[in-house]
Amino acid sequence: MATLAEPATTSGIDQFRAEVREWLTANFPASLKGKDNALSAVEGPTEETPEQAAWRKAMGEKGWGVPTWPKEYGGGGLSRAEAKILAEEMARAGAWNPIGGMGVMMFGPTLLEYGNEDQKREHIPAIARGEVRWCQGYSEPNAGSDLANLQCFAEDRGDHYVVNGQKTWTSGGQWADKCFAIVRTDKTQKQGGITFLLIDMDSPGVEVKPIQMISGMSPFCETFFTDVKVPKANRVGEEGQGWTIGKRLLQHERTNLSGGGSRLMPSGPSLADVAKKYAGADAEGRVADPDLRARIAKWEMDWRAFLLTAMRVQAESKAVGGISEVSSILKTVGTKLGQERAELLIEIQGLQGLGWEGEGFSEAQLKGTRGWLFGKATTIYGGSTEIQNNVIAKRILGMLDHQ
Amino acid sequence: MAVLTEEQTMLRDMARDWAENESPVSAWRKVRDADEAMGFDAGTWATMAEMGWAGIIIPEAQGGSDFGWLSLGLVIEELGKTLTASPLAASAAAASAILLGGSEEQKAKWLPRIASGELVATLAVDEGPRHDPAGVAAKVESGKLSGTKAFVAEGDSAGLFVVAAVDGLYLVEAGAGVAVSRRHLADFRSHAEVAFNGAAADKLAGGGANENGGLLDAVLDRAAVLTAAEMLGMASAAFDTTLAYLKQRVQFGQVLATFQALQHRMANLYSEIELMRSAVEAGLAAIDGGGDTRQAASLAKGKANEVGHLMSRELIQLHGGIGMTDEYDAGFTLKRMRVLEQMWGNTAYHRDRFARLSGY
Repeated sequence: MATLAEPATTSGIDQFRAEVREWLTANFPASLKGKDNALSAVEGPTEETPEQAAWRKAMGEKGWGVPTWPKEYGGGGLSRAEAKILAEEMARAGAWNPIGGMGVMMFGPTLLEYGNEDQKREHIPAIARGEVRWCQGYSEPNAGSDLANLQCFAEDRGDHYVVNGQKTWTSGGQWADKCFAIVRTDKTQKQGGITFLLIDMDSPGVEVKPIQMISGMSPFCETFFTDVKVPKANRVGEEGQGWTIGKRLLQHERTNLSGGGSRLMPSGPSLADVAKKYAGADAEGRVADPDLRARIAKWEMDWRAFLLTAMRVQAESKAVGGISEVSSILKTVGTKLGQERAELLIEIQGLQGLGWEGEGFSEAQLKGTRGWLFGKATTIYGGSTEIQNNVIAKRILGMLDHQ
Repeated sequence: MAVLTEEQTMLRDMARDWAENESPVSAWRKVRDADEAMGFDAGTWATMAEMGWAGIIIPEAQGGSDFGWLSLGLVIEELGKTLTASPLAASAAAASAILLGGSEEQKAKWLPRIASGELVATLAVDEGPRHDPAGVAAKVESGKLSGTKAFVAEGDSAGLFVVAAVDGLYLVEAGAGVAVSRRHLADFRSHAEVAFNGAAADKLAGGGANENGGLLDAVLDRAAVLTAAEMLGMASAAFDTTLAYLKQRVQFGQVLATFQALQHRMANLYSEIELMRSAVEAGLAAIDGGGDTRQAASLAKGKANEVGHLMSRELIQLHGGIGMTDEYDAGFTLKRMRVLEQMWGNTAYHRDRFARLSGY
């Protein structure tokens, strides 16, 4: 995003910090301290309390939910240094960002880069205020890992398109207001026949069916389009340019999924503490089951090496002013380690770690079961591990296809 | 690759050029074929010393360049890539004991000679085939050291031993009371049994041998991280060699590199080697940082053991039959890797240590 203000001077920074503190004191309801962001989850609908709604509104008006986005489109217009101060002060106050979701993580940055002026003015401020929820119309039943094989078709009818077809794995589709989708406008070419469209979810002909997952939750949907009218003004970029735009959006997605490790940071008690509780500790305070202890240590060491790698990628990117090649391994390694941790956690607790609902299980235990199951998606979505390995092998290592 | 200073980049590039051009694997093959106890070429070592590498971690006042541990690690990694045999890592680890625990007099006496490469120094810690610093039994009475050290790296050429005894670390010169016997391992490098029988011993200040976090621990951390740096060079070269081989070898009418099963194995190895690199560089940075190095060192060596082991096995497997021949270089990597895996703690040792340091 080409949006950053000039770096603040030192005195300007001190002044800014004071300003942030004052504003947070005035606007962040103390009752919300340390609570979760009700809007960030794709797992469920949002039911805001009046305090939460007020907090979202305040942050939305300030633009500080998307601090570095341009002010003219409702962003905060802050420099990176200022955004860092904002984050620090929010953490200090126990405040959280009420503005989130796919609009912030993926669609907003992509539209800022590829959208026309009208589109930016229409959509970005609503995302910045947390008023509109977006979902992603990418995968189809036969176009998952082979995304360029998508078939959902948009027929040109002069001033609008008519869309027919099906999307799947639409995260939060049942709660979304709008959908950013890639659709086929030309059947004669693969990537070149793809176009990027913005579809209102309440358009006639849009039908959403939640899919029940192994975790018991239904965060993903099947989305059907039957003769859905989409004005041409809702096309981002040129016709046939959708693959390029769509891929850029996926880069934002991947960055968010690996998140430099931060989003995967395990929360809650350490594996070792849980193991001492369930498997016991020996006289020297070690986990009594030596095999389990060794596997916990292996996991902890791998996790440490992963975090160090994420930090190294950041430092290298900063130094050379580009993306380090190492970044492409973060998703595969990070998601694998996340799954391994969940597996270890349930193993440590025995059958107590496999509770589904009801009596006899703590909230943490039930969360662990659901998290273990839901976490299986992480090596599939956002480009499966196999696809990432193809990317590493072909783009980084130069291993090519059969001739 | 860590973000390097201009100085470090120059040093690394110089080491890389020299290793590729002046010390390729064929040079090691000659040393191997000569089959001498010393296990390296004296001329090669002299050249390395002339370039200042023996003094990288030694202060300028004692004839070194004081470039730090990351710099030394970079050089050792480059040398590892071409399997260059030298006492560089052993001497540096021994020098670190003097740096950390030596008096001004001891530093002035030994460090300039180590920095110039004229004197090979080494650590003599373990008394059995497995790394076990807690099991040290060597004793010093009235300034005379007695005990036997097994598998002392570069023991065949060392002029100075840094010896772990029950009450601390001692400096012992080769000569009277020191008997060196060759132990010929698969890697053809020097791993001598060294028997000390009343040898004159000069104590270094610092903690006793069995004390956690004492001088011995700090020195062993340095030895472990340098070993891990050598393994990183070996693993990354093994990876590059394997990748190049898969790109030219044809089977079933296709270049091997086009098979997805092999692509995914290589993608996995690539990821693992990147994690290994992060762990090794963090280990070197922790030493340069001057704080507690224990956990970072165990992470570096533990991860290096694991990935080095995996990569050296895959090196042979992915090369197929050619990898099994002595004519090809892959076997050198496999044999050296297993030796380094055992030195200064195997995977289980470092996992255990990491867990203990983490409180479980």
